Amino acid sequence: MSETLYTMEVEVNGMRRTGAVPARLSLVDWLRDELRLTGTHIGCEHGICGACSVMLDGEPVRACLMYAVQANGHRVTTVEGLARPDGSMSVLQDSFCETHGLQCGYCTPGMLIASQALLDSNPNPTEAQIRDAIGGNLCRCTGYQQIVEAVQLAAARTKSK
Amino acid sequence: MKAAPFEYVRAASVGEACELLARHGDGAKLIAGGQSLVPMMAMRLVRPAWLLDINEIPALKFVKCEKDVARIGAGTRQCAVERDDLLASRVPLLRQALAWVGHVQTRNRGTIGGSLAHADPSAELPLVAQVLGARTVLRSGSGARTLDAAQFFAGPMATAARPDECLEEIQWPIWPERRAGSAFTEISIRHGDFAMVAAAAQLALDAEGRCIRAVLGLGGVGGTPLAFPKIAVRLVGTKLEDGALRDAAEAAAAACEPGSDLHATAEYRRHLARVLTARVLREAREKATAA
Repeated sequence: MSETLYTMEVEVNGMRRTGAVPARLSLVDWLRDELRLTGTHIGCEHGICGACSVMLDGEPVRACLMYAVQANGHRVTTVEGLARPDGSMSVLQDSFCETHGLQCGYCTPGMLIASQALLDSNPNPTEAQIRDAIGGNLCRCTGYQQIVEAVQLAAARTKSK
Repeated sequence: MKAAPFEYVRAASVGEACELLARHGDGAKLIAGGQSLVPMMAMRLVRPAWLLDINEIPALKFVKCEKDVARIGAGTRQCAVERDDLLASRVPLLRQALAWVGHVQTRNRGTIGGSLAHADPSAELPLVAQVLGARTVLRSGSGARTLDAAQFFAGPMATAARPDECLEEIQWPIWPERRAGSAFTEISIRHGDFAMVAAAAQLALDAEGRCIRAVLGLGGVGGTPLAFPKIAVRLVGTKLEDGALRDAAEAAAAACEPGSDLHATAEYRRHLARVLTARVLREAREKATAA
C-alpha cells in the first residue's frame, strides 16, 4: 500500500528542514524518526501527558496532536533548541539540574518547553502562574515541587544578569 | 495509536474549504486545532478519507466587539480569546470558561469554532454559547445561514451543520446592563479534564439591586449543554435572595438529565448540578452587586 507523500519545509531549531511525509505522520514522529531529534518524548499519543510539547511559532503545543504536514511553513523549537549554540545547558536547564527538577527524565523535555515558553512571555512568574504553565505536563517522579523551584531559580538568575 | 491513512489538503479560504467539502462529501472532515479530532483519529473513532485543514485561513481568525455583539472567527485560537481584554469586559463568561479548558498547550492550538463544532456535551465553550444564546454562522457553497446555539447543538458530538458547511463565525451577545455579573465553575477529576458537571450563569441588576435579566445553564448532564430560560426568568424581579437562588438551583438540578459512567453516578451529577448552580448564581450576584 502506498500513501501519498506531502512535501514540507519547516524551520526546526533555526534550521530549514524539508520532508516528504504521509499525511497521518504526527509531528512528534517526524521530529524523532526522520530528523532524529529524540529529545522530544512520546508519552500518551493523545494529548494528555505533555511529554511531546514543542514550540510552534514560539508557543508551546502538543506535537502528538498535530500532523507533521500541518507544520509546513512554520517554526518549531524542540528541547534540543533550548541549549546554547555551543551545546552547553541553558539557564533553565541548569536550574532543573540544580534543584533536582527531574528524576527519570521522561517528562523533562515537555516541562522545559512549557516553562521556557512561560519565561519567554513572563520573565517573573508567580508560583501559581508556573503551576498553571506546567499544568498540562504530567510528572510521576518529582511531585512537581522541584520543577516549580527550577523555574523560580531560572527566573531569578535571568533577572540578576 | 496512529490514524488510518487519509489525504490532506490545506484550504486557503473559506470558499475553498466549502468547495472541497462539497466535492468530498461525507468522506471529508475539517480540521481546526485538532485537539479533539486528532486523538479521535488516532483511536480510529473517526476515519476521514480527506482531512481539510482550515488553520491557515486568516479570514477565520478575528475578534470584533461591536455594540451588542462580539463576533469571533471560528478559527480563532482559544489563547487569543483568553488574552483579549476588551472581549473579557464585554463577554466575561468566555475568559471565565476558558480557564477550565484543557491546558496552555491545548489552548494555543484549539479554536473557538472547533470546540463548538465538536459539541461535547461536557465542554465549556458550548455551555457558554448555549447559556448566552450565541449564534453560529455556517457557510456553504450556496451561502450562509445563522443558527441559534439551541438549534446548532443537536446531541452528543452532533450539530445541525450539514456535511458541506463550515462554521465561520460565532456571535456572542454583549449585555448592555452596567450592573451585570457572571460566573463559571465545574468539577472534574483533574483541572483541565472534561467536566463531570459544569455550571454558568449571568445576571443583571437595576439600580435598586433588583434582577432585570438572568441566564443559567449546565454542562455534562444531558446530550447537549443545557440552558434553563424558564428557571432563570423566575429570578427576574427578585432581589436574588439566597432562597431564590436555592430554588433556582433545585429546579435546574431537577430539570437536567444526568447519566452514570465510570467517573460519577447520575445521583452524584445531579447533586453537583444543584451545588454548582447555586455557586455560580451567588458569584454572579456578588459581581453584579459590586459592578
